Amino acid sequence: MTDPLLEIDALSIAYHTDHGRLSALRGASLIARAGEVIGIVGESGCGKSTLAASVINLLPAAAEVTNGAVRYKGQDILSLHPEAQRALRGQDIAMIFQDPMTAFNPVLTMGAQLVDFQHAAQIPRAEKLARARTLLARVGMPDPDLTLRRYPHQLSGGMRQRVAIAAALLMNPTILVADEPTTALDVTMEAQIIHLLRDLRRDYQGAILVITHHLGVVAELCDRVYVMYAGEVVEEALVDDLFHAPLHPYTSALIACDPGHFEQATPILPTIPGRLPDLRNPPIGCSFAPRCPIASEICATPPPRMQISLTQSALCHKAGGRP
Amino acid sequence: MLTYAIKRIALAVLILFVVMLAMYGMVFLVPGDPASVALGPRATPALKAMLTERMGLDQPVAVQIWRFFANAAQGDLGIDVWSKRPVLDQILEAFPQTLLLGTVALAWALTLGITLGVLAVVYRGTFIDRALGLISVSFISVPSFVVAIYLLLIFAVWLQWLPAIGAGKSGDIPSQIKALILPSLAVGIGWVGYLARMVRASMLEIMAANHIRTARAFGLPERKVVTRYALRLAIVPTISVIAVGLGSILSSAVFVETVFSRPGIGTLITGAVFKRNYPVVMGTVLVTTAFYLLVITCADLLIAKLDPRVRDALAR
Ligand SMILES: Nc1ncnc2c1ncn2[C@@H]1O[C@H](COP(=O)(O)OP(=O)(O)OP(=O)(O)O)[C@@H](O)[C@H]1O
Ligand code: SF4
Ligand SMILES: [Mg+2]
Repeated sequence: MTDPLLEIDALSIAYHTDHGRLSALRGASLIARAGEVIGIVGESGCGKSTLAASVINLLPAAAEVTNGAVRYKGQDILSLHPEAQRALRGQDIAMIFQDPMTAFNPVLTMGAQLVDFQHAAQIPRAEKLARARTLLARVGMPDPDLTLRRYPHQLSGGMRQRVAIAAALLMNPTILVADEPTTALDVTMEAQIIHLLRDLRRDYQGAILVITHHLGVVAELCDRVYVMYAGEVVEEALVDDLFHAPLHPYTSALIACDPGHFEQATPILPTIPGRLPDLRNPPIGCSFAPRCPIASEICATPPPRMQISLTQSALCHKAGGRP
Repeated sequence: MLTYAIKRIALAVLILFVVMLAMYGMVFLVPGDPASVALGPRATPALKAMLTERMGLDQPVAVQIWRFFANAAQGDLGIDVWSKRPVLDQILEAFPQTLLLGTVALAWALTLGITLGVLAVVYRGTFIDRALGLISVSFISVPSFVVAIYLLLIFAVWLQWLPAIGAGKSGDIPSQIKALILPSLAVGIGWVGYLARMVRASMLEIMAANHIRTARAFGLPERKVVTRYALRLAIVPTISVIAVGLGSILSSAVFVETVFSRPGIGTLITGAVFKRNYPVVMGTVLVTTAFYLLVITCADLLIAKLDPRVRDALAR
């Protein structure tokens, strides 16, 4: 196998809040290789965005990395000089953010911003504009020239998300991180954006990280999946294995609740009963135990990582059929 | 945008009209018949009658008001009964002085205020931020005439670096600049503090916005993020505050002109009020109000120009 492009290694991140320290990530690990599309799924608040932001070290001011490393091509990003980190951003590692409505500056035209984003390229402005135009056409904007003259509020949410994708591709990054690229959009828009991303992945050489709480997106787009719960990666699997033979009870619960999973419309959307544990005071044992249908006494102790195949593992005492 | 501009100008004219009516109302509410006050206690009834007639005070109020507006519309603000000079001439002499004072004060406020505000954001949470906060708040809370008196005592009387009174010798630019430093600081310093606080607050809000994170995620240099992506937005609310604040800058100019004995609208209007010199009072109020409205209207148009969202909302 090729060397990983990106390697997140036992990363722990805490937020300093008014009510104490909140452990948003607890020893999360992940790798992504060239050509792979990686899915990261989990409920709201489980730490997906924190993980995404750590990839380019653009964490909120209140965040503190307490342990672990983020390696890009073997090099620890978090301990790089700030200027060296900045040089990677947008050039090697690009982000598509969760909310297209607020992702762009409201008083600059799209053209001005798309040119600014290519600041590292030593080419004339006209060439930068031409490149922006090409990519806007690539992501299916009907009139790239007009789009360049538009301000963000003059575009619809779906269009802005397309522009955000075009922006991320401007500098040919090796890693593309998309944090809930479709969550803010309606169903039709979502389908269009997923279609676009599928289209893009065909001729994309690098790695793509897609963060979502929607299993449908994972099934459509990804090769491998990391399932997150309460700041931990609770399961890692190939997409097919995840849907057909989930190991972790949380994964099974997520699949059971996914609306795309039902043949007919149901009057009530099933949800997993219970809530995420308080991350200011994470439990010592399995953090899913209060909501787990098969929990037993042993679950009050820290669960081991059970590796049942080369590609699939879970953080659970009972994964792989142990009692 | 054009209809918006026309609407704004029409509104400004209406406001001006209402303000002048209110001024007239106040003139008639203040006790003391202008002619008697002007001539003193030993004036003969004949003299009083003559002055009353010359000031137009014998006419019904409605006629007086009508005459005032009709003349003002033609650029005639009447004759000063004391000096026998046209009021407009006096205002045109005094106004540039006050305008200069106000503009320089505003320039202090803008350059120092925005710089301090941005510095506080760049060094947020540090000792520098806290020190700037303390300085800004003290600048805001001390009234301009108190600042004026202290500046005068320290720099003019004690250190003798700068002149204490007057506007400098005419034609001698360096002396005029020297004479301007203390008064303009006295007028502007409260605004330095105010703007610094305001720029800091709106910058902090903007720096936490998603689009700033986007700019950073594309590796833009922090200097560019602060100036091009954040400051441009932070300036928009500041403009309207500055425009409204110009009113208070003009009124603190009144005090400060008195303290430094500078010629200007402030000195003109205080003198006129004491002598019940109504044509001058009315004329001055008219011109300053018109100027103030002009500035506010321009500020609104400028905001519409700077913020495409406002522009589009208006076009709808
Ligand atoms: N700036 C912050 N300050 C304090 N706590 C934060 C901050 N950002 C996130 N958190 C907390 O960290 C935890 C993880 O947040 P994160 O945004 O990574 O979750 P997420 O999985 O992306 O959720 P969502 O699906 O809602 O986007 C949450 O409990 C959240 O409340
Ligand atoms: S460790 Fe126990 S409680 Fe946790 S998921 Fe596995 S079975 Fe459920
Ligand atoms: Mg998120």
